[in-house]
This record gives sequence, C-alpha cells and structure tokens, in this order.
Amino acid sequence: MQIFLPIAEVSVNAYLLLGIGGVVGFLSGMFGVGGGFLITPLLFFIGIPPAVAVATGANQVVASSVSGVLAQLRRKAVDFRMGVVLLAGGMLGSAFGIWVFALLTKAGQIDVFVQLSYVLFLGIVGALMLKESLGTLLRTRGGRAPVARAHTHTWVHGLPLKVKFRTSGLFISVLPPLAVGAVVGFLSAIMGVGGGFIMVPAMIYLLGMPTKVVIGTSLFQIIFVTAFTTLMQAVTNHTVDIVLAALLIFGGVIGAQLGARVGVRLKAEQLRVLLALLVLAVCIRVALDLLLMPAELFSITAGRLP
Amino acid sequence: MIRALALLMLMALPVAAQTGPEQTRPEQPRPEQTATETIVAGLSHSRVSITTNFGGSEILIYGAVKRETKVPEGPPLQVIITVEGPPQTQIVRRKDHRFGIWLNSAEVRIDSAPSFYAVASTGPLSQILAQTDDLRYNISLPQAIRAVGISAEAESAPQFVEALMRIRTGEGRFMVRDTGVGLAEDTLFRADIELPANLTEGNYQVRIFLTRDGAVVDTLKRTIRVRKEGLERTVYRMATRQPLLYGLIALALAAVSGWAASAVFRLFRL
Repeated sequence: MQIFLPIAEVSVNAYLLLGIGGVVGFLSGMFGVGGGFLITPLLFFIGIPPAVAVATGANQVVASSVSGVLAQLRRKAVDFRMGVVLLAGGMLGSAFGIWVFALLTKAGQIDVFVQLSYVLFLGIVGALMLKESLGTLLRTRGGRAPVARAHTHTWVHGLPLKVKFRTSGLFISVLPPLAVGAVVGFLSAIMGVGGGFIMVPAMIYLLGMPTKVVIGTSLFQIIFVTAFTTLMQAVTNHTVDIVLAALLIFGGVIGAQLGARVGVRLKAEQLRVLLALLVLAVCIRVALDLLLMPAELFSITAGRLP
Repeated sequence: MIRALALLMLMALPVAAQTGPEQTRPEQPRPEQTATETIVAGLSHSRVSITTNFGGSEILIYGAVKRETKVPEGPPLQVIITVEGPPQTQIVRRKDHRFGIWLNSAEVRIDSAPSFYAVASTGPLSQILAQTDDLRYNISLPQAIRAVGISAEAESAPQFVEALMRIRTGEGRFMVRDTGVGLAEDTLFRADIELPANLTEGNYQVRIFLTRDGAVVDTLKRTIRVRKEGLERTVYRMATRQPLLYGLIALALAAVSGWAASAVFRLFRL
C-alpha cells in the first residue's frame, strides 16, 4: 500500500515503514537503546530526505522509549535520581552541540563529520563492549564464577557532592554522571541520535551501574533528549513528518514491548554481545560508505526559492 | 482509434480552453509572422490533487491545428509539448577521494531549474527545432535548466549540469520523449505525460509549439495546478504555520502510543 507523506513529499510503502518501526522498536526494547542510530540510516535508504529522516526518527524514538520505560518501570529497573542527573548534563551538552552543528553546517562539511562521528564512536563503543562481554561470557562458560568485586575504589569515589543512588546501589559524586550526560548530549545533537548506544556502556563501565538498571534509566533519559530534538526540528526546520512518524511509531511501540520481553530472558552478557555486534555492524556499514567509491558521485539538494 | 478519440475530445474544447488561466511570460515572444496555422488544445485535467494515496498522475494533452488556408507545402508540420514544474534552487555536489575517504568537495549552485520538466515531440528535437528558436523559447532540456552564470562557480560546471539531468531523469522528474506526440493528418495531436509521485506543489506550465522547418510557427500555453489536498494539506499547513503546536502534537502522539502499547500488552499479559 503506497502512501504519500506530506512533509517528506515522497510516496512510500506503508507496510515497509511499519516493518522498519517494528524491527527498530524490538531492538530498542531489548537493549535499551533509542534506535536513532538504526532508524535514521534506514530511512535514508528508502529515500526519505535526510533532514526529515533525522527529525522524524527522533519522534519515533520518543514513542518506543516511553513504551520501553513503562515495561522496565514495572520491574523497578529505572533509577530516576540518576536519570535526572544525566538529563541535566545532557541538556547542557545538547545545547552546546546544536551550536557546533550550526557552525559545521555553515562550513559545508556536516555530512562527513556526522559519518566520521558514527564510525569513530560506534567503532570504539562496539569493540570495547564486544571484548569485555565476550570475555565475561567465556569465563562463565568455563565454570568459574566471574570475579565479583562489589567495591573498587578509584579516583571517582574521591570527588565531592556524593549522592546515594539507591536503585543502582551506588554512593558516588554527581559530577561523573553529569559529565557523562553532557558528553552524550553533545554527541547526540551532532549525530542526531538519542545517544543510548554511548549512554549504556558509559553507565556500565564508567559509573559501574548494574546492567538491569541501565536499560530503564537510559530509556528514561532518551525520552527527554529526543523530545527536545523533535521540538527543535519542528519549530526551526519544519521537518517532522507526522504521518511518517505515526507509521513508524505504530510498528515501533509493538516491537518495543516484544523486545523488552525477550530481553528479560537473555543473560546480561549475551545482551551486551548482541548489542556490541549490532553497533559494529552499523559502524562498518557507515565506514563502507566513506571508503568505497560511490556509484553516483553527484548529489542534488533542492532548496526552496527565497 | 486514436483519431476518433481526438475528434471526440475536440468537441469538448471550448469548455476546456476556458478553464486554465492564461499566463504569459514576458520572455516568450509570439512568432513574428502572422500565423497561418494556430493551435487549439486542451488538457485532460487542469488540477492535480496530491492526496494520501497519490502515486503519480497522467495528463493527456490533446488538440488540433486550425488553418484558414490549406496545408502549406514544404517540410512537414511538427509538434513539441513541454510540461514544466515550479523552479527550485538546486545545489549539485560532487564527491572526491580525499584523505582516503569519499567526501563532498565541490558544489555548484544552480539558481533556477525546474523541479519537473518533460519534453515530448513528434521527432528528435535536433531535427525539428532550430537552435535559434530553442534559445528563444527555452524548449530543450539543457536550455530549460537555464544554467546561467554557473560556470564562474566551478571549473567543470557542465559536468554538474549533466549530473543534474542524469539524476533527475533517473528519478522520472526530467523526461525527453522523441516520439511522445502523436500527430494525425497534420492536424490532430495528442501526448500523454506521466507526473511522478514525488511532485512539487505549484503551477505547472504546459507549452505547445508548432514548428515547420525548425522554426516555431505558433505557441500555446496552459496551466496545471498541482496542490496538496485533504489530510496532506492540513498537515503541511500546520507544520509550517503553527510549528510549535505541531511539534507538541507529534510528541503527544508518540507518548500516548508508547503508553497505549505498554497498557495493551500488560492487559493481555503477552
């Protein structure tokens, strides 16, 4: 069934959009990532103009994150206090990121910068996660219990402004989470994603939060970052396509619910291996676009007459 | 069969001719010589509505040549029909291999190129249209793009204009049909023009040219209005006129759907 999208101004298959929404929603519910880093490239691929794809993708991520958070909430796997601290940092970073984005757009190299950021961050995060989680998985298989260190004191614990994060079982300074939030906010503004794929590993490895709490808390924070992005895009660029969003959302919310249920049955290490592989796959895909000679060297951007 | 159809349509002409408002562009002169052959023509429809299930449209352009005298001697009569969408500023970028990766390194801004352009004719333009008349009426595709003053912007500007034509032709937005016009008895003609699904809103100019020995002997213009209708129009207007409210509605839609899916799944304990 072909449907004409009013803002994107292209005719696409409605079932295809439902399918894309469903697949991304499923992954979102399972891993606690917003799915922005998947949905935006997929929309490019089916011919949605990039500006519309970024803005509408953000809107879809809001829906799947709300759905995912509610599922996690019932398992008491959301650390609200941590979420708010991360969000405060995120807003600061995001505002700075939007300013840098405008500068780069003026310079004319935003596309390549975005692609390079994808390759760099997805590559680092994916490789580190894969190495760590495979290691853990192999050690567990070997019969020996993983070395459980409940408390390792590092310089992080010497920082002031300590706060108790009860759900996460942490008593640490608010400064590290604020900084993590700010970095993720900055990157998400530049890359046009919610930032879950950076947030999740940062929470696990930098802040030492338990994996089960990380997913819900990350989704909680992503709701607000992507809602902010959606609103900014709608007001400044008029690029949110509500018909496209509705189709993606419909598929996405159902997918997110199913994903959350599958996620519960998998072990934390298995989840992390799968997420790492997914992140690396997208990284390689983007890298190939940069490295291989494109079939068509020219591209057209149509502007509106002043 | 085609002739009978065209004759039938001719009867509807007086009505059809009045529907489209005449829009004369100043740079389009009428032929100097008092025409002995003039065009009467009509369109199958002068409005195209873009609705939710819009998947492209086909316009039938038909007409006849009216003569006070009998058919002149000499080279045969030829018909050229063009359909031109509203102009857009277009930026064409070229990727080059730099620092080991492919990145946009050169760009040319084409100030005004039609968002859609179709030329249908009774034969190849190079044979039925003189270069001077092409320059005067901007009929052929390269001429219609009006690549004026772009050579200063990049060393290989023709390459960029060619790229624009190649990509747009691939998308069905530019069309050249050498045999797209059917002409019967030097009098009745018709052409079918496909409009693709990704149409830009605006007024589409239909121009019909009669040529003899490469010279234009008569021209006629019609307008097709392409508009978004219904839901498409409502959404588009809201997004551009009340963006904040629109953005909030989009967010509310997302939040409510997320909650609803969660509630439904919980209800059925899936």
